[in-house]
Order: sequence, then structure tokens, then C-alpha cells
Amino acid sequence: MKKDIILAGVGGQGILSIATVIGEAALAEGLFIKQAEVHGMSQRGGDVQSNLRISSQEIASDLIPVGGADIIVSLEPMEALRYLPYLKKEGWIVTSSVPFVNIDNYPDIEALREHLDRLPNRVVLDVEQLAREAGAPVQSANMVLLGAAVPMLDIEYEKIEAGVRRIFQRKGEEVTAKNIAALRAGYDNSKK
Amino acid sequence: MKKLLLGDEAIAQGAIDAGLSGVYAYPGTPSTEITEFIQLHESKRGADAAPIFCRWCVNEKTAMEGALGMSYMGKRAMVCMKHVGLNVAADAFVNSAMTGVNGGLVVVAADDPSMHSSQNEQDSRFYGKFAMMPVFEPSSQQEAYEMIGKAFDMSESCRLPVLMRITTRMAHSRAVVDITESPRRQNEKRFPEDVRSWILLPAFARRRYARLVEQQSELVRLSESSSHNSYRRGEEPSRAVVACGIAYNYLKENCPEGCKSSVLKISQYPLPEALIGQMVADGAEEIIVMEEGQPVVEEMMRGLVPSTVAVKGRLTGELPRMGELTPDSVRKALGMEALPSREADDLIVPRPPALCVGCGHRDMYTALNQVAAEYKDARIFGDIGCYTLGALSPFHAIHACVEMGSSVTMAKGAADAGQWPSVAVIGDSTFTHSGITGLLDCVNSRSNVVIVISDNLTTGMTGGQDSAGTGRLEDICRGVGVDPAHVRVVVPLPKNMEQIKSVLREEFEYDGVSVVIPRRECIQTLKRHAKQQKKQ
Repeated sequence: MKKDIILAGVGGQGILSIATVIGEAALAEGLFIKQAEVHGMSQRGGDVQSNLRISSQEIASDLIPVGGADIIVSLEPMEALRYLPYLKKEGWIVTSSVPFVNIDNYPDIEALREHLDRLPNRVVLDVEQLAREAGAPVQSANMVLLGAAVPMLDIEYEKIEAGVRRIFQRKGEEVTAKNIAALRAGYDNSKK
Repeated sequence: MKKLLLGDEAIAQGAIDAGLSGVYAYPGTPSTEITEFIQLHESKRGADAAPIFCRWCVNEKTAMEGALGMSYMGKRAMVCMKHVGLNVAADAFVNSAMTGVNGGLVVVAADDPSMHSSQNEQDSRFYGKFAMMPVFEPSSQQEAYEMIGKAFDMSESCRLPVLMRITTRMAHSRAVVDITESPRRQNEKRFPEDVRSWILLPAFARRRYARLVEQQSELVRLSESSSHNSYRRGEEPSRAVVACGIAYNYLKENCPEGCKSSVLKISQYPLPEALIGQMVADGAEEIIVMEEGQPVVEEMMRGLVPSTVAVKGRLTGELPRMGELTPDSVRKALGMEALPSREADDLIVPRPPALCVGCGHRDMYTALNQVAAEYKDARIFGDIGCYTLGALSPFHAIHACVEMGSSVTMAKGAADAGQWPSVAVIGDSTFTHSGITGLLDCVNSRSNVVIVISDNLTTGMTGGQDSAGTGRLEDICRGVGVDPAHVRVVVPLPKNMEQIKSVLREEFEYDGVSVVIPRRECIQTLKRHAKQQKKQ
């Protein structure tokens, strides 16, 4: 098994929490992991990405080659498209549909949607709305997105859920339950 | 035991397990997490475990010197910094090879090729060569973990500091690392045997330098026998690849079944000359050097192989001259076709970083811009920190930003040249790092400058580490000799805008050294502190 995943978003949106959960689940499975992150200046409201690689074989490079990613998981629609050259021909995009507009020249939202719709393998969800519907705070939108990406991960849903439980348990039962509800909502909607 | 660790954390864990007694550092991307990991470890230390010193230092020079002092006492010390921090520490660093060490001393310099969060891409391996020290450059997180222990052992057996050079992708990438269950104990206190080697008077220093020169051939031999350097003759030995540090990973990524060319992996310097000689003896006609950062090895290689052997790499265009390596650039250099990929989407626009909404630096720049606009040609010299983002939209506030502390002294130099108003904008942590000495220059020259110390009570850009002068900035400025009437504190909030502007205006008009301190806690650390309080 080998999955190369690009996690994308805007600094502060919480893409690293997604990476932490997948990493936790993969570690429990005894898989090899490499995960390159962005720290420092670029985190301040700029575009951020993380290269997450999981495999049953040893992984050499910390970075995913151009044309090598199986999935792009993005908390922001324009950021999902930013990494398109990295996506394999048959790769999937799983993205939030909610634009994060903090720049003056943000592209036309309709055009952006249309570009996403051109891609054959895509899941585009209003993860914030789904989080609210699941009774979770909007900060759990990243877990909705992670849930939506689970069918493409080759790791069973239950194992990802166990990862969420282990990561959030120190924050208390209520926080854990809400994050799991968010994860479930993403997972159920992704399969539709 | 297996742990998922950042490269930085693997280094920290390796140092702890190697019997570290102190880590000395100033925060700097991508090195910060090494010290943070040790601080976290220390906060959970059992009562019977030996303590590890891990408080942040004022700057990289004080860090390097503190570590040298701990080494003098026979204990193992580590210094961590970003690449440009090594410039600040350079005096102590270069001379630490002259004194040599007592307890093991390892200096970790984290280079930032591609300048993700830095102002240049200088290569710390040059410093290692310059100071004539052994240099380690791990290729993976596991190797980084293991190497730190070996670096301490080698430092103690050779009586020299060891430089470990990493780059961003090693520092900030996580991997599963297998760590030991039986860490080494810390060294006991023990004075150096030969005190004279620590007194660099010319007469003694000449002897030390002769010893350092003499040791170089021994260091080459150690590189040649190191398990971190390896040479494998390929099926087609006329072409050879030299892969330094993490370049080796990119090579393996592209040749998972092994490479037809001969491969020389280098993770320890000085260069293993015998292995290079073997590569040539095996028939290498073309050598491609793959290295992160500057073409250090590529240049040296030319002096080590016959002129008939073509040395290729960043200087000859096989690899890009600038920026970090990628699996793709290495693939191209190997002459392999790129993987099929899609075109970039033409809708995408850049999303540059920006100051956080609600950040005090924003209110400071709003006021400063409005007051500066009242003058014909105000010049504002910026500095290194979050507030460097004041250069970008919407503020476009600063006219220069060079290195830590330079705002103060450049504003002074500009004032010396007749500039008025000449303004510096510097953060609290950068001010204590390298601004205080410049302020003393201003006071001594009675310079007509306004120094704005934008105080957010933390080292913000690197994630909110303690700032050395918190609570004492006014005292420091007055102590340096700034007239107390011209050390002014304001609270950068939109509701105080008129008052801040009038303070700035008054200090612009004052002919002398003024310090204006807009003070409000970083909103990121404020949020964190609120959360911690809620928990309690």
C-alpha cells in the first residue's frame, strides 16, 4: 500500500491536525510515514501545504514528485487547484467548497467551481455547514474534510476514527465526540 | 521504541539520549523545534533524572558561548540555530575549533534553501570548512537521530566541536524513528586538562592552530571509514552520482531498484578523499554532484579529480543553481523523463502571508504610515520578525530589512547621512537579540532617530517563544542612555490611534534619540494563554 497525499489550505486553517490523525492511524498500522510541513513566516495567512506519504514499504523522499500525488485534500478550493500539477492523472481532489478570501485578487468563485467540476475524481463539500449540521463547531471542519477523504486512503474508517479518539482524548470527551461526529459527517457525505 | 518525529525532534531526542546537559539556542526557522522538544521533555522530567539546561538565549552568539562554557566543564552541550544565526555566532563558533572542547559540543545549523522563511540561502557547510571542523549532514530522520550521538562521541574523541548541518526538508519533515530504550547518562563535571588550550593568546593560539591543521588528515580518514559515507560501484561506473545529505533520498526515490551509475553518499565531511579516488579508479568520467544549498562539494570535487573527469551539478546547469532540491530536479539531472502531470490551473494567484487580523503590529503600522505621510521623505528601516510583513500590502511601510538588529543601526547611519525623519521598526525579541548595542551607538552619537520597538511580549514569528527583555524594555533603553522623557509607551489599538500618532509626531520632531514602544501581546500567544487559563 502506498498513498501520497497533499494537504493544502491557508495558514491557521488546521491542515496539520489532519496530518496528525492520519499519521497516528498509519503509525498504529505499522506503516512507514513521511510528512513534510511548512513552519515559520509562510504560516501567517499564506498558502500552506504538507506532503504526507504513507506506505507499507520504506519511503525515500520527504517530498512528493510532480505528477505523483494520489489525493489532494484541501480546506480551500483555490488552494486545492494550486497543487494540480502534483496530482496523478487518476488522482482525487477532496476539498472544501468554502473560499477563504484574504487577498484582493481572489479569482471568480464561479470560475473556480467550474474548474473543479471539470475534474473527474473530486469530492467538493461545504465542510463548515456539514460540521454545524453534525453539531460540531466550525473548527472541526478539518475533521469533516478528513472523513470525506477516508474512502481514498486505503485505511479503514474505524482506524481513522480511533486515531481521532487518541489525538483528541486529552481535550475531553465532549471535544472528542464532536470531532468524531464531524469525521462521520464527512465520511457519509463523501460516499454519496 | 518507535516515534513519529520531525527531523528537528529526532535531533533533540538523539541529543537527550546521548547524555545532553544543555541546549543553547535562539529561535529561528527551521531550527526552533529542536529546543522546544527538549523544553517539553524537561517539563515532564522525573525528580530523579538529571536536569538539562534549555532556556532560550538572547542570541546565537551568547548561545554558542554558553555551550562552550558547559563543554569546558566537561558536559555535553548543543547549540541550535538557523543558518543566518551562525553569522551572529561566527566569532565564538570559529574560535571554538581553536580552543577545542572538553565535554562534547555539537552545533546544529538549519539551512533554508529556497528561503521559505529566511533572507538568504547561505550554506553552513562553508562555515564548517572555514572553521576546519567535522561536519555531519544526515540524509534521514533516523540517521539524524543516530548521528547526534556519534557527533558527541567524535567531538569528545577528537576534542573538537562538530557541526551538524540540516536543511528545511529534514528539519520540518516527520518520519518514524526507532529510538533507544537505554539513554546514556550525562557526563560528570570535569575541568579541562590543559587550561592553556583555552587561552587564545597568540603564543598559545599558534600552537592550537598547528594542532587543528595537523588534525585535518585524521578527520579525512574518519570520513573515509564513517558508516554515514558509502560508495557503491555501479553497473555503469563511467557515470557517478555524489549525493550529499537528503539528496540521497531523492536519488533513491527515483531509483528504487538501485542506480546503474556508481553512487557516493556523503553525510560526513571533510570529503572522504579515498572514496572519491575509488570512484575515479572505477572509471568515472562524469560525476553529478547533488547537494542542498550552494555548490560546496561540486567546487571542491574539481580539485580532487583529474581534469579529464567532468564534474556536473548546480554550476553546470544539470541542477538549478538556486533553491532546494526536489525529487523532480534530481530526476531531470539523472536524465529520466518527468512523470506525466497536469498543467497548472490558470486561475491560481499567489497568497502571500500577512499579519494576523487583530495584531498590534497592524495598528502600529497604521499610525506610523499616517504620521510618516505628513513628512516629505520619511524613511523607515525594518527588521526581522512578523512585522517584516509590513513591507507587503496593505501597509507597504518599510524601506529596508536586512538582518537582526539592522533597523536601529541603519536608521542611525541614514541619520548620519542627513536623513530626517529616520525611523527604525524592530520587535522586542529582535531588539534584545541585536538592537541594544546599536541603540548605544545612537545615544553616543546623539543621532536624530526614532526607534519603534513593537513589543508583542514574545518571539512571534517562530511561534511564540519567551522574549529576553519582556517587562524591562524601558529600563534597558534608559540604562543605555536614552533620555527617559523620550522613552514612550503606547497601546496599539484602533481606539488609541490619535494618541499614538501624536506621540510619534512629537518624537519625530525631537532632535535626538527617541524610543517609542507600542506594547500589546501577540494575539496568537494571547489565545494560547486564554486556553491554558480556561483549563486551570
